[in-house]
Amino acid sequence: MSEFNVNEIAEKWKDVPGSLIMALHELQEEVGYIPRNEAMKLATAMNISLARIYEVITFYSFFKLEAPGKHKIQVCMGTACYLKGAQSLVDEFKNQLKVDEGCTTSDGNFQLEIVRCVGCCSIAPVVVVGEKVYSKVTPDEVSAIISEYE
Amino acid sequence: MGIIQKDELEKIQGNMAEKENTWIKVGMATCGIAAGADKVYNYLKSEVEKRGLNIEVRTAGCIGNCYAEPLVEVKAGGKQIMYNLVDEEFAGKILDQHIVQGEAVSGSTYVESADLNPGQMRIALRHCGIVDPESIDSYIYNDGYIALRKAITESTPQGVIDEMKASGLRGRGGAGFPTFLKWTFGAKSKGDEKYIICNADEGDPGAYMDRSILEGDPHAVIEGMMLGGYAIGANKGFFYVRAEYPLAIRRLQKAIDECKGYGIIGNKIFGSDFSFDIEIRLGAGAFVCGEETALIASIEGKRGTPSPRPPFPTDSGVFGKPSVINNVETLSNVSAILLKGGEWYGSIGTEKSKGTKVFAVTGKIKNAGLVEIPMGTSLKTVVYDICGGIANGKKYLAVQTGGPSGGVITEDYLDTEISYESLGELGSIMGSGGMIVMDEDDCIVDIAKFYLGFCVDESCGKCSPCRIGGQRMLGILEKITDGHGEIEDIQKLKKICEAMKKASLCGLGQTAPNPVLSTLRYFEREYIDHIEKKSCRAGVCQKLLQYKILLDKCKKCGKCQKNCPVDAIEGDRKSEFVIDQDKCIKCGLCVTSCPFDAVIKE
Amino acid sequence: MINVKIDGIDVQVEEGTTILDAAKKVQVNIPTLCKHPDVTATAACGLCVVKMVGSPKTFRACSTPITKFEDGKEYITRDAELVDIRRTVLELILADHPNECFTCGRNNNCELQKLAAEFGIRDIPFEPKDVDHTDDDDSTCTIKLEPNKCIKCGRCVEVCQNVQDVHALCFMGRGYDTAISPAGENLSLADSPCVRCGQCSAHCPTGAIFEHDDTRAVWDILNDDKYYTTVQIAPAVRIALGEAFGLEPGVNLTKKIYAALRRLGFNAVFDTNYTADVTIMEEGSEFISRFTKGTAPLPLITTCCPAWVDYMEKYACDVMENFSTAKSPQQMMGALIKSYYAENKKIDPAIIKSISIMPCTAKKYEIQRDENMKSVSDIQDVDIVLTTREFSRMIKQAGIDLLTLADEEADSILGQYTGAGTIFGNSGGVMEAALRTAYELITEKELNNVEFQAVRGIEGVKEAVIDIDGISVKVAVASGLGNVHFLLEKIRAWKEAGSNPETIPWHFIEVMACPGGCIAGGGQPYGVQDTKRIKRIEGLYTDDKQSEFRSSHKNPMVQKLYSEYLGAPLSEKSHHLLHTTYTCRVTYKK
Repeated sequence: MSEFNVNEIAEKWKDVPGSLIMALHELQEEVGYIPRNEAMKLATAMNISLARIYEVITFYSFFKLEAPGKHKIQVCMGTACYLKGAQSLVDEFKNQLKVDEGCTTSDGNFQLEIVRCVGCCSIAPVVVVGEKVYSKVTPDEVSAIISEYE
Repeated sequence: MGIIQKDELEKIQGNMAEKENTWIKVGMATCGIAAGADKVYNYLKSEVEKRGLNIEVRTAGCIGNCYAEPLVEVKAGGKQIMYNLVDEEFAGKILDQHIVQGEAVSGSTYVESADLNPGQMRIALRHCGIVDPESIDSYIYNDGYIALRKAITESTPQGVIDEMKASGLRGRGGAGFPTFLKWTFGAKSKGDEKYIICNADEGDPGAYMDRSILEGDPHAVIEGMMLGGYAIGANKGFFYVRAEYPLAIRRLQKAIDECKGYGIIGNKIFGSDFSFDIEIRLGAGAFVCGEETALIASIEGKRGTPSPRPPFPTDSGVFGKPSVINNVETLSNVSAILLKGGEWYGSIGTEKSKGTKVFAVTGKIKNAGLVEIPMGTSLKTVVYDICGGIANGKKYLAVQTGGPSGGVITEDYLDTEISYESLGELGSIMGSGGMIVMDEDDCIVDIAKFYLGFCVDESCGKCSPCRIGGQRMLGILEKITDGHGEIEDIQKLKKICEAMKKASLCGLGQTAPNPVLSTLRYFEREYIDHIEKKSCRAGVCQKLLQYKILLDKCKKCGKCQKNCPVDAIEGDRKSEFVIDQDKCIKCGLCVTSCPFDAVIKE
Repeated sequence: MINVKIDGIDVQVEEGTTILDAAKKVQVNIPTLCKHPDVTATAACGLCVVKMVGSPKTFRACSTPITKFEDGKEYITRDAELVDIRRTVLELILADHPNECFTCGRNNNCELQKLAAEFGIRDIPFEPKDVDHTDDDDSTCTIKLEPNKCIKCGRCVEVCQNVQDVHALCFMGRGYDTAISPAGENLSLADSPCVRCGQCSAHCPTGAIFEHDDTRAVWDILNDDKYYTTVQIAPAVRIALGEAFGLEPGVNLTKKIYAALRRLGFNAVFDTNYTADVTIMEEGSEFISRFTKGTAPLPLITTCCPAWVDYMEKYACDVMENFSTAKSPQQMMGALIKSYYAENKKIDPAIIKSISIMPCTAKKYEIQRDENMKSVSDIQDVDIVLTTREFSRMIKQAGIDLLTLADEEADSILGQYTGAGTIFGNSGGVMEAALRTAYELITEKELNNVEFQAVRGIEGVKEAVIDIDGISVKVAVASGLGNVHFLLEKIRAWKEAGSNPETIPWHFIEVMACPGGCIAGGGQPYGVQDTKRIKRIEGLYTDDKQSEFRSSHKNPMVQKLYSEYLGAPLSEKSHHLLHTTYTCRVTYKK
């Protein structure tokens, strides 16, 4: 984190037309979310108003305004997953982690998210933790998934 | 090899040919990896090295038979075989028996590669599972970039458009606009700079054709884009890809870099006057960005809100320049069409819907996966012959096509031959290729609510018919599934549907009512049962369920009472146990805790 | 030209004309809530849908241009289906809007209310939404946001970002949760770059943005005998107030306004036009001094407009040295009332309550912007500012029949004004007034034609080279903050290149934040657009033409002020009372 400098991102993108979203992707990749002070620095460095930046980050569900949990648990709620019981997985995760959708556990270790289709419909229902995809998950398997990251 | 010359594609093909006699391929798309393909791949790779076997272990993209992942295909000993459901142990057997002894591994499920995909015709997916998506040479070996070279060195932009016209290819993103016409508009539009954009913002929840193609055959899409760019006079292309597809993005970027290395992307390609550059732009989680004007706004780094048309993107698109937007599947067809001729492609399919279409068949289907079928194939063939019918012996309820913009097709219409026109007549749409199979355990009102919930979440919020209309419709559906529906709610739903269809600015809002209208058209009875009888046929709508204790089966053990988290079960071991319906939260713990199956839900 | 039919009526339009405008040409008004002539159509409300014969689609009339491909086509703007669709859309918008018309800032003046009345909505079939007023934002004490009443038409965002280049308001979130607010979570307007110009409130079709209402405080003061109450009216108020009483824009009601103010109970009625003349004496002298003696850097930039001053302090702090130090006419009046006038009348300034009637919301902020606004001991020079809209309501509350009142005059010694003072209310007016005086003071010759046409009109940027007896003075006039960028960039480039006096882009620059100037200020009667702006401006130039004196330095009462009290322009006393300083400010406080 100490070596990260938002100005480098701005430098890379500021002359590429329409590249705000790309710059925000890189910023979030580095920090995990879009902190307000970094957004302000980016606005200055890219000569874009903060209003434009907030319009974009609050429009796209990918961008986060708050620090994420250490492990992001994404339960896919695409149609195939929904039909195959993704809701019961969400309920189970909520129950076991004691958090609501979109929230982070009090110890900051887990963040529970619902996502719209990760494109793995044939192996539904799907849970993604970090970059690892779990297929054909049943509610019984939820505790095992959680314990992998505790 | 640096920049390659016009005649060097064949040289690469020659070099590759030697390696094509024997190999092992592991299906390594996102879903394959999820199923454990990476472990199998690593195992095979290290074992082959350890044992000093003279065979190359390669990656391939999505093979399509996703239900049988991880998939390993082997060409050795004169046999080419696709092994299903391979784990490390089984992979060991493959090495022992097939590679070393030249015998197919017995006692396993496998298919001779030649017998793969009966009933299908693979054009868009022609290389998926065949080429190594991370090797441009592998693509060139499969006649890659030959069509591009031919077009830019021997043909004209109009020549390319003419072939497309003869092919009859229509946009595979859903709307079905003739590709040649879009390109003609783009070509005629005046501008010092033009863009061609590949829409890879696959948004339909329940469809993954585009992901599979990008992960399995990125070069085909690049080549299609460049041919389109040449046809319309664009020197720059954008890929707009969902950020949720990291593997696709990685492979696409690698493919672009490889092209640059060979000079296939660059200046004066193959010595012609045609120059081209490609940039990837990432989406950031907004379904509406699949809509062309919203996609343009997003590429420009803005909120992805649609704008009125006209002006059409072909006149004024990205940065106000003429822009043609094509879907991934559309573009992946292009080089095949140019190699084999538009007439060949046009001979496939129905009169108005030509060629083939890829569907992601998922849901309650036995063999879920990607299928590519000639237009005109019946739904029944897809569901029952190709995909093995409904899973677990359940009864067919409906097939849903077109995702959140589409509708349902009931059993009565299973013989329908798939085309843009026929699906439209049934109140659904072709869509991008999501095909969700539903069985008797699915509640149609719940499905409508699911799709509408999706559209409400994904509405950009700009125009009031969609923003408020969708939200109020969702409210009504929730009311109905919660058991508080009134019969006039159906009229209200229809009223909002009409206004949304006609007054919404973009396709998302205009089509968001389709799942509701379509289910009302075929299943109005289910809505009425939810409202009047307060009952859900499928037992999905929790709030309409009632748990009951069957007194004749009850042995009065009291376990249900002990397990009930809200003390909703009254009575004691001397009298009888009864569930207080007002207190019951329908958690179902009483059912699972009863040793005598005396608690039922109805 | 393209020929189309609207509801069977032939109409010929230029290519690119929208269906909405084409329909207007043949007396067809298509309903819309989001389209405003001042801003790009956002196509948000969904009410203006029309059909084209032979097409299955519907079109948004507000934003669909008629092109050569539509030649010969016919549009249908009304049929049973369209009326049904519009009604449903309207019902949906109303279902999402609090049913609070009686207590709303826009009651009787609301575009949504008007449409609901026209469509005869008697029942809203859809669930009403929960209303939560905790989100209301009155942090600026000038403009109040009530997000519950927002219909998300986006006019305010268009105005704030694209017309004014302020970017205080933006769209946040998406879908049903879309909201319009400053850029940040729970960020109030006061912590944002807002310059309080109020153009958002002037363009909002509903009661979601309106002026902070101070009428009650003014009533309290008027009812309290311990105060000596004074009032001033700004130039632009006189030609717009009539609109709130059914008159055409541009009708000059100066003398009836004086009468009404007396009836309301003010002890002394003054006119800001008088201190506009004083401003010319100070600012004009400042210009002459910078121009002829080089006492401070050129170009000189006017500072009558508080929104512009705020904007400069936030966005263009680097040109601060170019700002005139002269206070605005309102603040000069405030300072003179509690000093010169109080001394003259032997009234303790502490008991004076100084009210001003302004076309502007930013003026409410100006009175308390810093210590310079307290010239006499530590009391504010101006106590309360009412916008024209609030003032019109006060007159109605008092039951005063404004239009039939007998004309009255303003009070001495701060009431007499010249034509130069009155044109301060429109873009170019300050420049023209300054040039009239500067010419005569520099050349010591009589100016034959006092009308400088080149700086008149509603264009966003006007440039001219004025010949002052052989010396060329390059001037620029900008209105609408979005037009300032062009000027600033040129000045910055010139400074970067070494500030060569030969190549200076302009010597003197006038800026007004609102497009067209104060006549279209954020506190003026609703419904402003260019046709109204032009009429209001005409009203002021007519007032100028009919004035006995047309140059500020000829105002006898101004001459008296200097001879009796201030000495000369830019004197020490002038500096203390009539000049101010500036500071750089952050755009976001959080």
